[in-house]
Amino acid sequence: MEYQWDFSVVARHLPLLLEGLAQTLRLSLAAIAGGLAIGLVLALMRLSGRRWLAWPAIAVIEFFRATPPLVHLFWVFYALPILIGVNLSPFAAAMLALSVQSGAFFAEVYRAGIVSVERGQWEGARAIGMRPAQVMRRVVLPLALRRMVPPFVERAFELVKTTALAATLAYGELLYQAMVAVSRSYRPLEIYSAVAVIFFLVLFGASLVMRRIEDRLRRVER
Amino acid sequence: MTEAPLLRTEALVKRFGDLTVLDGIDLAVQPGERIAILGSSGSGKSTLLRCLNFMELPTAGRVHFHGAPVGTAGSRGEVRYRERDLADLRRRIGMVFQQFNLFPHMTALENVMEGPRTVLGQPRAAAEAAARAELARVGLADRGDAYPARLSGGQQQRVAIARALAMQPEVLLFDEPTSSLDPELVGEVLRVIRALAEEGRTMLLVTHELGFAYHFATRVLFLHDGRILEDGPPERILKTPREERLQQFLARFTEFGF
Repeated sequence: MEYQWDFSVVARHLPLLLEGLAQTLRLSLAAIAGGLAIGLVLALMRLSGRRWLAWPAIAVIEFFRATPPLVHLFWVFYALPILIGVNLSPFAAAMLALSVQSGAFFAEVYRAGIVSVERGQWEGARAIGMRPAQVMRRVVLPLALRRMVPPFVERAFELVKTTALAATLAYGELLYQAMVAVSRSYRPLEIYSAVAVIFFLVLFGASLVMRRIEDRLRRVER
Repeated sequence: MTEAPLLRTEALVKRFGDLTVLDGIDLAVQPGERIAILGSSGSGKSTLLRCLNFMELPTAGRVHFHGAPVGTAGSRGEVRYRERDLADLRRRIGMVFQQFNLFPHMTALENVMEGPRTVLGQPRAAAEAAARAELARVGLADRGDAYPARLSGGQQQRVAIARALAMQPEVLLFDEPTSSLDPELVGEVLRVIRALAEEGRTMLLVTHELGFAYHFATRVLFLHDGRILEDGPPERILKTPREERLQQFLARFTEFGF
């Protein structure tokens, strides 16, 4: 069977796909920001040395790492409203679910970074009278964050790809718009290929940029 | 000496698991005293220093600062320490480490400014002027913009001393400050410490530099197995040691002398 490629459908639906890409990036950035914040809180709870803080954090981290993100999305979108009596928009539900889910992973990245800071740095900071929060903010986190950039980028890429699951909530991100385009054009091969290429270009481009930033960070510390 | 001791330990004990590192240390440090602490590795000398500013929490016993006990005693005799109280204490007790422990992401000047800025909340201009003065005092006025990795070990240690001095501490603790330096860099650090001694500062110095201890100290302690075995003026301790352990310890330093 000879397939007749017709990439003009991609051109015709490009505005739709780019609108989807914009929504993908919006959801990604929101969930990365949420995930970084939640991850930091979880990591600090886990490292606090207090059981009543550490154990809930460990529970959240382990639960979200061991359950599929699609389940989180469905649960937040379909189940949570029954509990709280408020319907969430697909964006809000996806952002909430992905923030917590990625936060569980980010927490472990933070933790590894914080633990990797040499004991002497903590002691140098404590010896001049810094309180624990100051030690963390002024010395440990700045040093840890430099080392965390590569694994953070890794997790962030993972998260961008996971946002495609939000299509199942009819959130108008890239994959969802592609499904719309396919239903109109009956051209899944061209459209879904285009989706793959768009994801690749965005993430590969981002990875080149991040590599430069990592090089610069390494140079700053000499 | 009628003044209350600046620092005093009372039956201080520190254990790491089954290992007793400090076995009941009673020590009073009067203002203006310069105490050199000697002992072989494992004698507990660094741990004693680190208990004085609570880098390590004592297992038992108390530390008194200006006559007031640090920490609060619980109902069963245990002592509880709040980290923020300890932090407030540490800003008045400077410490210089064997490994310098400078902040690698800050320049020399920023390292020295960090305590006054973050801990004391001084305005930037005042903290910077004071930090430049401290760097000048240790002979590094021109290296303020350098990151620690660009400084020699001796220079790093002098920045670390300036960082401690910037907090205007009432007592300085030196934990083997020259032990990780190349021999030709030791002198520049010892000269800075000697200059501080001449200002009449209260200092405790853990060291293996016997010659320096002899000239620097007003008092020498010899620790062995977590106890103070000898305590007295440098002349007496180093020239006419009574304890056999101390005689053996001192003999090791002269074994390959010439």
